[in-house]
Amino acid sequence: MINLKINNIPVSVEEGTTILQAAKKVGIKIPTLCYMKDINAIGACRVCVVEVKGARSLVAACVYPVNEGMEVFTDTPKVRASRKTTIELILSDHNKECLSCDRNTHCELQELAFEYGCNDKRFVGAHHECEKDTSTSYLVRDNSKCVLCRRCVAVCRKIQEVGVIGPEKRGFKTQIGCAFETDLAGSPCVACGQCINVCPTGALHEKEEIDIVRAAIADPEKIVIAGPAPSVRAGLGEEFGYPMGTNVEGKMATALKMLGFDKVFDVNFTADLTIMEEANELVERVKNGGPLPMFTSCSPGWVRYLEYYYPELIPNVSTCKSPQQMFGAITKTYYAEKMGIDPSKLFVVSIMPCTAKKFEKTRDNQNASGYPDIDAVLTTRELAKMIKQNGIIFNELPEGKMDDPLGVYTGAGVIFGATGGVMEAALRTAVETITGEPAQDVEYKKVRGTKGVKEATYEVGGMKIKVAVASGISNAKKVCEKVASGKSDYTFIEIMCCPGGCVNGGGQPIMSSVVRENVDYKALRASVLYKADKKAELRKSHDNPVIKEVYDSYLGEPGSHKAHEILHTSYVTRTRYEK
Amino acid sequence: MNINELNEIKARALASMGPRVADHTKKDITERTVLVCGGTGCTSGKSRVILKEFKDLVAEKGLGDKVHVIMTGCFGLCALGPVVIVYPEGAFYSQVQPEYVEEIVNEHLVNNNVVKKYLYKETVQEDGVIKALNETSFYKKQNRVALRNCGVIDPENVEEYIARDGYQALYKVVTSMTPDDVVNTITASGLRGRGGAGFPTGRKWMFAKASKAEKKYVLCNADEGDPGAFMDRSVLEGDPHAVIEAMAIAAYTIGADQGYIYVRAEYPIAVQRLKIAIKQAKEYGLIGKNIFGSSFNFDIDVRLGAGAFVCGEETALMVSIEGNRGEPRPRPPFPAVKGLFGVPTILNNVETYANVAQIILKGADWFASMGTEKSKGTKVFALGGKITNTGLVEVPMGTTLREIVEEIGGGIPNGKKFKAAQTGGPSGGCIPADKMDVQIDYDNLIAIGSMMGSGGLIVMDEDNCMVDIAKFFLEFIVDESCGKCTPCRIGTKRLYEMLTKVTNGTAELEDLDKMEELCQYIKDNSLCGLGQTAPNPVLSTLRNFRDEYIAHVVDKRCPAGVCKNLLKYNIMPDKCRGCTACARKCPVGAISGTVKEPHVIDQSKCIKCGACIATCKFGAINKG
Amino acid sequence: MANQQKIPFTGTKAQEQKLRKVLRGLKNVDGALMPALQQAQDIYGYLPIEVQEIIADTLGLSLAEVYGVATFYSQFTLTPKGKYKIGVCLGTACYVKGSGDIYAEIQKQLGIESGITPDLQFSLDATRCIGCCGLAPVMTVNDDVYGKMTKDQVAGIIAKYKN
Ligand SMILES: Cc1cc2nc3c(=O)[nH]c(=O)nc-3n(C[C@H](O)[C@H](O)[C@H](O)COP(=O)(O)O)c2cc1C
Ligand code: SF4
Ligand code: SF4
Ligand code: SF4
Ligand code: SF4
Ligand code: SF4
Ligand code: SF4
Ligand code: SF4
Ligand code: SF4
Ligand code: FES
Ligand code: FES
Ligand code: FES
Repeated sequence: MINLKINNIPVSVEEGTTILQAAKKVGIKIPTLCYMKDINAIGACRVCVVEVKGARSLVAACVYPVNEGMEVFTDTPKVRASRKTTIELILSDHNKECLSCDRNTHCELQELAFEYGCNDKRFVGAHHECEKDTSTSYLVRDNSKCVLCRRCVAVCRKIQEVGVIGPEKRGFKTQIGCAFETDLAGSPCVACGQCINVCPTGALHEKEEIDIVRAAIADPEKIVIAGPAPSVRAGLGEEFGYPMGTNVEGKMATALKMLGFDKVFDVNFTADLTIMEEANELVERVKNGGPLPMFTSCSPGWVRYLEYYYPELIPNVSTCKSPQQMFGAITKTYYAEKMGIDPSKLFVVSIMPCTAKKFEKTRDNQNASGYPDIDAVLTTRELAKMIKQNGIIFNELPEGKMDDPLGVYTGAGVIFGATGGVMEAALRTAVETITGEPAQDVEYKKVRGTKGVKEATYEVGGMKIKVAVASGISNAKKVCEKVASGKSDYTFIEIMCCPGGCVNGGGQPIMSSVVRENVDYKALRASVLYKADKKAELRKSHDNPVIKEVYDSYLGEPGSHKAHEILHTSYVTRTRYEK
Repeated sequence: MNINELNEIKARALASMGPRVADHTKKDITERTVLVCGGTGCTSGKSRVILKEFKDLVAEKGLGDKVHVIMTGCFGLCALGPVVIVYPEGAFYSQVQPEYVEEIVNEHLVNNNVVKKYLYKETVQEDGVIKALNETSFYKKQNRVALRNCGVIDPENVEEYIARDGYQALYKVVTSMTPDDVVNTITASGLRGRGGAGFPTGRKWMFAKASKAEKKYVLCNADEGDPGAFMDRSVLEGDPHAVIEAMAIAAYTIGADQGYIYVRAEYPIAVQRLKIAIKQAKEYGLIGKNIFGSSFNFDIDVRLGAGAFVCGEETALMVSIEGNRGEPRPRPPFPAVKGLFGVPTILNNVETYANVAQIILKGADWFASMGTEKSKGTKVFALGGKITNTGLVEVPMGTTLREIVEEIGGGIPNGKKFKAAQTGGPSGGCIPADKMDVQIDYDNLIAIGSMMGSGGLIVMDEDNCMVDIAKFFLEFIVDESCGKCTPCRIGTKRLYEMLTKVTNGTAELEDLDKMEELCQYIKDNSLCGLGQTAPNPVLSTLRNFRDEYIAHVVDKRCPAGVCKNLLKYNIMPDKCRGCTACARKCPVGAISGTVKEPHVIDQSKCIKCGACIATCKFGAINKG
Repeated sequence: MANQQKIPFTGTKAQEQKLRKVLRGLKNVDGALMPALQQAQDIYGYLPIEVQEIIADTLGLSLAEVYGVATFYSQFTLTPKGKYKIGVCLGTACYVKGSGDIYAEIQKQLGIESGITPDLQFSLDATRCIGCCGLAPVMTVNDDVYGKMTKDQVAGIIAKYKN
């Protein structure tokens, strides 16, 4: 143990502890901006400086290890003045438009500027040159608000191991961008949006679609349908001050109706539908000799990764559309037909924890009805924004319900949002399909939890099925390597692009780096889904009565020709960089 | 390789180097050595052509047995390059042109008559006798320790290095000293790092030795990024084995088996010679496996920089070798604990290493007998700027700036007045005239607001504007900042912009205080040494030349006439003869007037190119 | 964003073979990226995307990472240099002796701020100290060094290389 004093308070901590961590132990918060535990301890922003007795200059608390007898001062006039100047310098090269900024009131820089009473005009001078990158359908990079903390780079490189962005040039000209300054659309970005979630400022945000949704709602010709994904109800509450891990499904349903959506269905329903098709596909592949292992296909970030980096594994991916796309497809075919609505009048809005879904809706071959399956995708954050804009007092809303028929779902559908959820849901159905008997135990606990790669082997009808579950692209990469090199003996593999699955998707509410460090947010949000599953009367997709009805009256059976036309898709090999 | 073989080579090589070390007053000359400087300065002055010319002519005239033509490293007096020295006379030919070679060969080498007209003027005394080189004012006060072999041996021939006691120190260390002995000797010698900060070398080695690890590295910092400094380059070009031997000694001491030399890519000759030297050292078994029959193994690789000043900073240098952007990382962990590729590493400067073998051989006391109380030994300076003898000088620590500038450097050319000397490069400061008698060592320089740095010493005269100089260094910093941390990335840019306001005449007095405050902030808050020292040129000029700043800010005037925005060209009507020459020369037609009448300059048109002032034969135009 | 002036890639098969050979040699070298970029630039004269992609793929790095390194160091260039590469030393020793004016004069003579002339004959760069401070101020054209420069000599030197 190392003994030191922080602001004259003695404290003992383990060797290797940083001043930042030690200070927290005695109830002292040192502000940070660039720091993110484990992945971005680089000492770059200098907001966390403190005085150490005997040191030549101030030191960065986030990276400076404690040593015996050290005396640290975290709030001397010099420290405060330094932090203030640092922030003021950042502001001197910052496009200060808080009033209309996406991050207004959620911005770590803004908060710091306020806390330190900064004068945003003390330093004036040139701004670094940059242009807004609006090239993709899902993400906007506005480097005029970038503070070069590199948190996005750390996530993209170290967590996702995609590494399409990075610092380039040097000195005052340093900027974060893609190789050869191509725009993001010209790079093999997987669209996960994880970079947005860690960005402390408004430099990164999703491409907003609120306006087109509002226009559709205002259009009397359009029937506007909303379909929230499983994880939205697990995250949305955070935007309204609910503790993390609160299920706000009921209030969300009410709010969506108040926003003017004509019907509020649930993507949980098409999660069940996905399971029907995917479990069937798995069983077929097992019976007909492959190709195996089969990968899940519901995470567009993952699919995009595969298309860029492992095109040779395309045959191994399930051809099922994702629940979002199935949602649009079935709404504009089955539901339209059933209701006698011309699909051109339907405007389907999915609400997603995800940015990649905004890209997915633009993929080829996603228009079962002849019209795009999905017309607009809103992130959890955008939905919250709309609710606020409309003056809806979310916290006081009564609990509502999703509409029939496409709002009915089972526990299997709801756990889709957590890593391992798709696997578990699929197993519940596949096992019964294979054995032909109802299973007693529907909980597959080995595939639960936030570990990066999980493996399990199950005995099903005399067969050994080995499965793997990976979340986060760095983990997906490990699994892909294994499969590509022929060393895997897996049958079925679930892959989620985002670490922890969709509960931690790139469209979920932003939390500060401090919250990220101290709260197990992935597990907390996932607990919402597992609780809902536990409470659900029906827990297997094939037990969903509406699913049965859709197959009976419309699709025939899983894997039928019609099901293929409406619910399945294909993939393409993508070139990483166009020259 | 064993010690007998080493001594045999030494004896053999020493014999063949004969004329270079022989007594030059001897009458019956049987052999001669012609040394042609192959340093970068002289090479750019065609010394390679000269070398070839000598070789060809010597062969042509059948002098092959009696005359050895050898290319060496820098002699130091680069301003007079290309330089050729002929031994045993020690005839110092300066500014040699390829056309002179034939005459020198015929007259000097064949007919034994030194060609006096091509000799360095100072070596030719009034009575016609040639003065020994080390009695000239340039060399008299110098004491060449780190540079002892530069300009003496052929750097591409390991045997000549061996002749000068090369690799004896390594032998001694490996066979008869423990790592602790080495640490103690180096510590006792008082050797401090020559790369800038002056950290005690013995202590650095001790820390790395104490770190427990399977793998360790020894690095040499040959990045020499300080613009206007070329000490390390000269050592590498003139005596590369001195660095290799010292790195092997360091490796033995800390328990490393691999070394890297990180060299600026702008130094192609140095790189070339280093590679040759490493190859030869390996061929002779001087490095490699089981050195001198011991269990000590050591290998060296050369890595090239690619034009980033910050890579001279130790952590940046390491991340650069690792293949990354050269962005410094926070310390601790210090390299002695966690350095290159995450293992204990030491990094020393070229000149630091160049002292090591001699300390081992001659003893710590010998080294400690030179210099001042806290700074031992000698220091090499690259003298540049407004000074007569630009070049490399090596003087004992404690020599005064005045001795260097006025005696060794030969003073300021063109009768101008000394204004300041800049030491420490972009991290250093400007020393004003009233501090010229301070004894130069690490601590004294810091006390007067500059620093030793790597040894660049740039002299400035009255025509240099100190605000402009501060701005020049800051521009360099803004360009070279890695951009990782806020204080340096944005702070130095803002500081530069403030200085620009001063030189433009748009600054207010209170801006000076704001600048000083920002300087202090940048020093306190930056991540690495670059930012922590970047404001020094501004602070030191603000302190020592505040009146110049005030002239810019209050009087809107640049006293040295450098800052263009504050300059005005004026025609003095009483002196102007109306010859129209200036009007014809002015590129923008700013000058008007009728023939034989005084002309006038339209200030709104004038772009301050200075063409008119150079044209006027009557001295009728002034600037100010 | 794609603001780089696009100069068509003219790399040959032979160059690519050479590069791949270099990269094979670097496979087991720690920190291979810098030497890889350096040697690639020796082969191609610059580092276009086609070349950096080969390097990235072979060394198992992302292109963004390679690009980040390539743009950090001033010696790496993304665009071809002129047939005659002119450099003016703006190191301290040269600067105090007026190399700034020499640079301005060359800009004027070539009609460019920096970079390459439209006929691809000349490119101009400000360099740091090249170690010839004794000859300050210094300019270079490819491997030729011109010391103790004055402004009036500039035109003559450039003319020597014009064909
Ligand atoms: C920005 C910066 C640039 C530096 N450049 C050099 C350099 O070019 N050469 C050098 O030897 N040391 C340079 N140093 C100092 C090195 O970081 C390091 O202290 C030195 O090489 C250690 O060797 P020494 O103890 O033998 O001096 C630089 C330091 C900083 C902060
Ligand atoms: S990023 Fe933050 S500080 Fe910048 S404009 Fe947006 S809210 Fe304001
Ligand atoms: S925070 Fe203050 S300054 Fe900003 S809009 Fe509100 S009242 Fe105005
Ligand atoms: S969206 Fe994902 S892949 Fe794309 S830049 Fe951001 S973190 Fe990287
Ligand atoms: S985009 Fe955001 S996360 Fe990335 S470096 Fe800039 S401020 Fe940081
Ligand atoms: S894991 Fe979920 S949130 Fe992340 S990209 Fe895939 S679908 Fe979107
Ligand atoms: S002080 Fe400058 S060079 Fe050093 S890390 Fe910070 S930005 Fe980079
Ligand atoms: S300085 Fe140049 S522009 Fe001004 S008047 Fe003289 S010649 Fe003309
Ligand atoms: S050159 Fe001199 S004398 Fe002639 S017109 Fe100009 S100022 Fe007058
Ligand atoms: S330097 Fe510590 S948080 Fe940025
Ligand atoms: S380079 Fe020849 S004397 Fe310095
Ligand atoms: S400063 Fe120009 S060559 Fe050194």
